[in-house]
Amino acid sequence: MRWRSALAVSFTAVLLASACATPGTPGTGPSGSAAGSGGGAAFKRGDGGELKILYWQAPTILNPHQATGTKDSDSSRLVVEPLASWGPDAKPVANGLAKEIPTVANGGVSSDFTTVTWKLKDGLKWSDGSPVTADDVVFTFTQIHDPATASTTEDNTEGVKSVTAKDASTVVLTYDEPNPNFYQWGVGTCCGILQKAQFANFTGAKMKDAPGNLKPIGTGPYMVTDFKPGDVVTYAANPNFRDPNKPYFKTVNFKGGGDAESSARALFQTGDVDYAWNLQVAANILQPMISSSTKGKMLSVYGSSVERILLNFADPNAAGDARGEPTTKHPFFNGADGLTVRKALALATDRKTVAVQLYGDGLTGKPGCNIITGVPDFESTATTSFCGQFDPTAAAKMLDDAGWKLGSDNVRAKGGVKLKILYQTTVNAVRQATQAIMKTNWEKAGFSVELKQVPASTFFTNTSPDGANHFWADVEMFTNNSDPDPTSYLNGWTTKQIAQKSNNWQTGNYNRYSNPQFDGIIDQLRKETDSAKRATLIKQANDILILDVVIIPIVTRTQVTSAISNTIKGNVPTGWDSEMYNIQDWYK
Amino acid sequence: MGRYILRRVLIAVPTIIVISFVVYAILALAPTDPLSQFGADPRVPPEVRATIRTSLGLDDPWPVRYVKWVSALGRGDFGISFMSHSPVMSLIQQRLPNTLAVVGVAYVIGVVLAIPIGMISAVRRYSLFDHVATTFAFIGFSVPTFFTGILLIIVFSINLRWFPFIYDSNLQIHDIGSFFDQVKQSIMPITVLALFDTATIARYTRAEMLEHLPLDYVRTARSKGLREQVVILRHVLRNSLIPVVTLVALGIPAVFGGAIVTEQIFRVPGIGELLVRSIGDGDTPVVAAILLIFAVLVVSFNLIADVLYAVLDPRIKYT
Repeated sequence: MRWRSALAVSFTAVLLASACATPGTPGTGPSGSAAGSGGGAAFKRGDGGELKILYWQAPTILNPHQATGTKDSDSSRLVVEPLASWGPDAKPVANGLAKEIPTVANGGVSSDFTTVTWKLKDGLKWSDGSPVTADDVVFTFTQIHDPATASTTEDNTEGVKSVTAKDASTVVLTYDEPNPNFYQWGVGTCCGILQKAQFANFTGAKMKDAPGNLKPIGTGPYMVTDFKPGDVVTYAANPNFRDPNKPYFKTVNFKGGGDAESSARALFQTGDVDYAWNLQVAANILQPMISSSTKGKMLSVYGSSVERILLNFADPNAAGDARGEPTTKHPFFNGADGLTVRKALALATDRKTVAVQLYGDGLTGKPGCNIITGVPDFESTATTSFCGQFDPTAAAKMLDDAGWKLGSDNVRAKGGVKLKILYQTTVNAVRQATQAIMKTNWEKAGFSVELKQVPASTFFTNTSPDGANHFWADVEMFTNNSDPDPTSYLNGWTTKQIAQKSNNWQTGNYNRYSNPQFDGIIDQLRKETDSAKRATLIKQANDILILDVVIIPIVTRTQVTSAISNTIKGNVPTGWDSEMYNIQDWYK
Repeated sequence: MGRYILRRVLIAVPTIIVISFVVYAILALAPTDPLSQFGADPRVPPEVRATIRTSLGLDDPWPVRYVKWVSALGRGDFGISFMSHSPVMSLIQQRLPNTLAVVGVAYVIGVVLAIPIGMISAVRRYSLFDHVATTFAFIGFSVPTFFTGILLIIVFSINLRWFPFIYDSNLQIHDIGSFFDQVKQSIMPITVLALFDTATIARYTRAEMLEHLPLDYVRTARSKGLREQVVILRHVLRNSLIPVVTLVALGIPAVFGGAIVTEQIFRVPGIGELLVRSIGDGDTPVVAAILLIFAVLVVSFNLIADVLYAVLDPRIKYT
C-alpha cells in the first residue's frame, strides 16, 4: 500500500482534512427519540431556521471525488456520506450508511485483516426517495478506483482488491494483502457514496462532466437546493433522511470567499455566522477576539499532523548519480559520530518558542515530541524527557567532547568535515520564521546553517531536484499526517521504502534511514492482530524514530482550527474526518 | 459617419483576435498550474494528477489549445471551468448581476455626484465647497479600497452593527423589505467604489470647466446679457462635458470587469472575484473568457466614445 506521501500544509496554510475520520457521537441510534447527540434536547426535523457556515475558500464542486480541497469535500459532506465516519478518538462511528462498525470481534473483519463486511442500515433512502443498495457502494468504488475517472480520492482505493455486493444490503471489501488499516476504504472523506442512478451515464473520464457534480443526490441530512460555484451552496433538510427527527435546521447556507480574519470577525464579533472555518489568523489578532467574544468559541482540535524536521542519512552532495543515494553516507549525520551530532542538533532545537510565537500557543499548534500522535493508545511517553530539553550550550559541549572543534569561522569541524547544514522547506511565512529560530540556536551549538525555500507545488513532487522526495539537502521541514492506524505511515521509514533514483523517488523514506530493528518492528506490526500488542509496537517504532533522531518533531498542528457559535450544540469535533462529519446532530 | 463606423468595426476584429492570442499565450506560459491545488494534497498521487491533466486537455501544446479554443468560441462555446466543471458562461451569468448591482450602481452614483460637484468646484473656485470637495477627492483616489473597505466594516458592521459585511447573493428582491436588505448589504461596497469614481470624475469635470471659463465664447455669452446660470449650464458645462463623456464611456467596461479588491473584501460574488480566484487556481478557460469579454467591451466602448464625441461636438467630423 502506498505510503501517503509527504504533505503538508501547503503555502496556503490550509490544513487538508486528512484521509478519513469520524465522530465520537454514539452513532445516534435510529430511535425516533430525536435527541441531539449532545444531550437530551428534543427537537424535530426543521425546527431550526437557517444554519450559516462560512468558509474563506468557496466550494466549486460538490462531488467529493472531484474535490480540489477541503472546501469541496466539506460542503459535499452534508449530502454525500461515507459508510462511516472517523470520530474524535480516531475510531470509526456508524453515523453513515453502515448499520454498525465491522470489527474482528463482531466478525465483520476477517482475522487476517483482508476482508471487511459492511452491512447497510435498514430502509435507507436517497433524498429522491429511491432505496440505497449495496450496488451503489460497489458502483462508487469502481468509479473512484478507475484511473480514467482521475478521482482525487483514488489513493484510498490502492491495495483494495475488490468491493462486491453480497446481497442488497451487504458489501464485502477485500484487500490484496492483510491490511491493519482495514477501514482504509469506506470511512471518512475519501469515501462518500454516490447514487449509481445519477452517475451511471457518467463513468470514467465522463464523470468530471456529470451534472450531478453540482447537485449530487445523497443520503445525508441535507440536500442541495442551489449551488453557485465559487460562491454559496444552499441546502434544505432531506425529507427522506433516515432519522425522522433530524436534521434540526430547515436550511443551511454554506458561503465561501473572503479572508480568514474577517471570517473570525463575523463569528466572534458580529455573530453573523454560526461556523467559521480554518481561522489561520495571527494570534495577536485572533486571541483578543476570542477572549472578548460572547458569541462563539474556538475549536482547536488535534489529529496526527506534525511539523517535523527530517535528517538526511545519505550524502546530498555526492557526485553525479550517487547524489543522495542510499549507497552514500551523510558526512556527519551517518557514521561513527552520527548519533552524537544528531542528538546535539535535537538538543539545540527550540520547539517552545516556535509553538508560542508562531502557532499561537495552542491555537494552531503545540510543542510536539512524537511522530505518532493524536490516538491516546499510541501516544508514547518515553520520548518526553528527551524532547523536553532545549540547551544549545549543552549541545555545543556534547560536540566538543566528541572532538568536533570550533574553527575560526565559528563552525565545528572534525577530520576536515564541517558541520554545515543546508535546511530546506516550502515558501511559507511561518516555516521561514521557524527556520530563522532554528538557525540561531543551531549556530550557537556550532553548526553553520544555510536556509532554502522552495514553492510548495515544487517541493511536494517527486520530479524536482528541489523536492522533498529527492531531499538533496541536509535537513528539511514540512508537515505530514497519518491515518488513525499508523502502519503504512511508519512503513515510510523502513529500508524497503528508501526514496532513490531507481524507484523514481516515489517511496516514503526520504531520510534514507535504514535500521533492521525498526524494519523488524514494522514487519511484526503488519501481522499483529492483537490491539494491545499493536499499540506497544507502534510506540516502539515511534520511540526509535525520535530517540535515534531520524526526525525532530517541532509542533503538533491542529487539524481543525475553526470557530463555532455558542448557540450551536451537538458538534463533536474530530481531528480525523471532515469538520462536517456529524452535522446531522447539530442543533440550537 | 456610417463608413467610419464600419471601418472601425472592421479594424476591431483583428484587434480582438490579437488580444485573444496574447491573452491565451500569457496564460499558457504563466507558471500557474490548474493542478497546483493538488500540489500540496498528499491524497492525490502523481499518476492521478497526470490523468487529470490529460482529461483537461492540457497535454496538447498551447498553440493547438488556442486554435481549439478559438474555434469553440466561434460556436459561442466559452469552454468548461477546470475547477467546477461547469460552463464558463453560466459562471459569468451567475456573477454579472452581482457586479452590476454593486460596481454598476457605484459607477452611476459616482457620475451623478461627480458632475455637479466638479461644476460647483470650478465655478466657486477656492470657496469652502471647493476646498472640501478637493480634500475628499484626494482622499478618494489616494486611499486604497482595501483600506476604506475594512475601515467601513469595522465601523459600521462591527461597532455599530448597521450593515452586514457578508454579501448574500441569494437575496431576491420582491418587496420593500428585501429591497431594503439589498441596500443594506450593498451600501458599504458601493460607498467604497463610488468614493473613488466620484473623486476621479469630479476632478476631471472641474479641470475641464476651469479651462473653458476664461474663454472668449463665455465672455461673449455674458456680454449678450445671458443669465450666469444659463452661461454655465448651457455653454460652459456642455462644452466641458465632451471629454468627460468620453472618460465615462471608457470607464464602463471596467464596471463589467468588476472590482477585484472590493468584491473580495465584502464577499460579493462578482466578476472581479471570479477573475482573481480563477487566476490563482490556474482556471484558464474562465480567465481567458473574462479577459476576452473585457477586451471586446473596451474596444466597443472606445468606438462608442469616439462616435459620441462627434455627436456632442458638431465641429468634429469623421470621414
